[in-house]
Amino acid sequence: MKFFNSSVKRAASRQGSRLAAGAIALGLAMNVAAAEYIDIPGGKYQSVLPTADTPLDVAIEAMSMRSEPVTNAEFLAFVKNNPQWQRDQVAGVFAESRYLDQWPAADAIDETQASQPVVKVSWFAAQAYCESENARLPSWHEWEFVAAADATRRDARKDPAWRNRILGWYSQTSSGDPAQIGGEPNAYGVRDLHGLIWEWVDDFNALFISADNRNQGDPDLLKFCGAGALSMQDRDNYAILMRIAMLSSLKGADVTGNLGFRCVRPNSNSGATP
Amino acid sequence: MIRQTHVIARIVLLGLLLASTGVTLTLAAELPGDSVYQLQVPMVDQDGKNFDFASLRGEPRLITMFYTSCPYMCPLIIDTARMTERELDAKQRAKLFVLMASFDAKRDDPAALKAQAEKRKINTGRWTLARTDAANVRKLAAILGIQYRQLDDGEFNHTSVLILLDAEGRIAARSEIMGKIDPEFITAIKAVLDRD
Repeated sequence: MKFFNSSVKRAASRQGSRLAAGAIALGLAMNVAAAEYIDIPGGKYQSVLPTADTPLDVAIEAMSMRSEPVTNAEFLAFVKNNPQWQRDQVAGVFAESRYLDQWPAADAIDETQASQPVVKVSWFAAQAYCESENARLPSWHEWEFVAAADATRRDARKDPAWRNRILGWYSQTSSGDPAQIGGEPNAYGVRDLHGLIWEWVDDFNALFISADNRNQGDPDLLKFCGAGALSMQDRDNYAILMRIAMLSSLKGADVTGNLGFRCVRPNSNSGATP
Repeated sequence: MIRQTHVIARIVLLGLLLASTGVTLTLAAELPGDSVYQLQVPMVDQDGKNFDFASLRGEPRLITMFYTSCPYMCPLIIDTARMTERELDAKQRAKLFVLMASFDAKRDDPAALKAQAEKRKINTGRWTLARTDAANVRKLAAILGIQYRQLDDGEFNHTSVLILLDAEGRIAARSEIMGKIDPEFITAIKAVLDRD
């Protein structure tokens, strides 16, 4: 009986919201072009989050990364094809109550939102979207590797001027909707890694920073195990450290007003990387 | 008049359902939105048997994540789950199922899980050791609020936690106290077992 009732109610509410905002939704859905993925050659770099006790270089395999974050228009097309991800139908365990609440209706956006990056998406919803493009969320290391570039250099992180420019963005207060996508491309041709939004990564729940506390003797504190504890390298890279702190504080169903995402695909040519 | 017809239709439908079997009615109830069984995860147990994570719906369950080659913490997780069970009476204990899901998609195949079960003399009637692929390990951990990270040497850093799911898969309680009894957690388990 319960099933019967709720499916009727669901169909009715779907129809209501369609009527309310049908015209805008229809027009925008047609403007969604196929996303561009940019080939990223593999390589080694020094991460702020090394995976071993010694700050070994982290190896990144070749992949393709979305040139821009996913937009509202793109995400709208996704939820229309996958209504279980509409805000009025999504299971609470996958997305909290503020999920996509910047949209005027569950299946419509304002025209001005079309080219803005989608925010207020949960990790589960972002992951599902990427799967719909035969892709996945980037790992932290993949994101950090590509985000190390400025317009001309693949690793500009040692340049104080570049760091300050990024830090300048973080110090601005974020209110209202983010700007449109399409910022200056970096050396790979990828845009908007800095200066627009924060981005989900696949392993957001792997970024906790813990001292190795196996030897502290208090069982209450024995929460983690493993051979090497994480330690932060490069403590001056505040902008990156803030991202890690923010991402590691989230749960998979959480959303925030400036957190969006982009996707990556394994590179079809990825074999051995030099 | 329309309303009345609707009500009659419902009563007829209910009658049909009840006539077929009473159990059908329970199973047909919609899964709660806050149930972790909303997640589709194909799993394999220590005997190589495939099952869906969501098929575990129906009984209260302790769930935790571990990996078999874990030297220090994971044996302690098993010990803590056992200590916890011993605080229950026999009738309660018989109702409590346990799922231990592996972080280690690469190395923990059914044979490794089986070896671990035998080494630790785990009763696989109520306890299940299970694996899934790496992408689903990440999703399972995310839905359970478990953090983990693989290190270069193959070991994992991870949250050690026992999570109590009610019969519908809602997280009813969790405890990160390892190596000794967590009295609040025991109270929560007893409450769920006596209710569900």
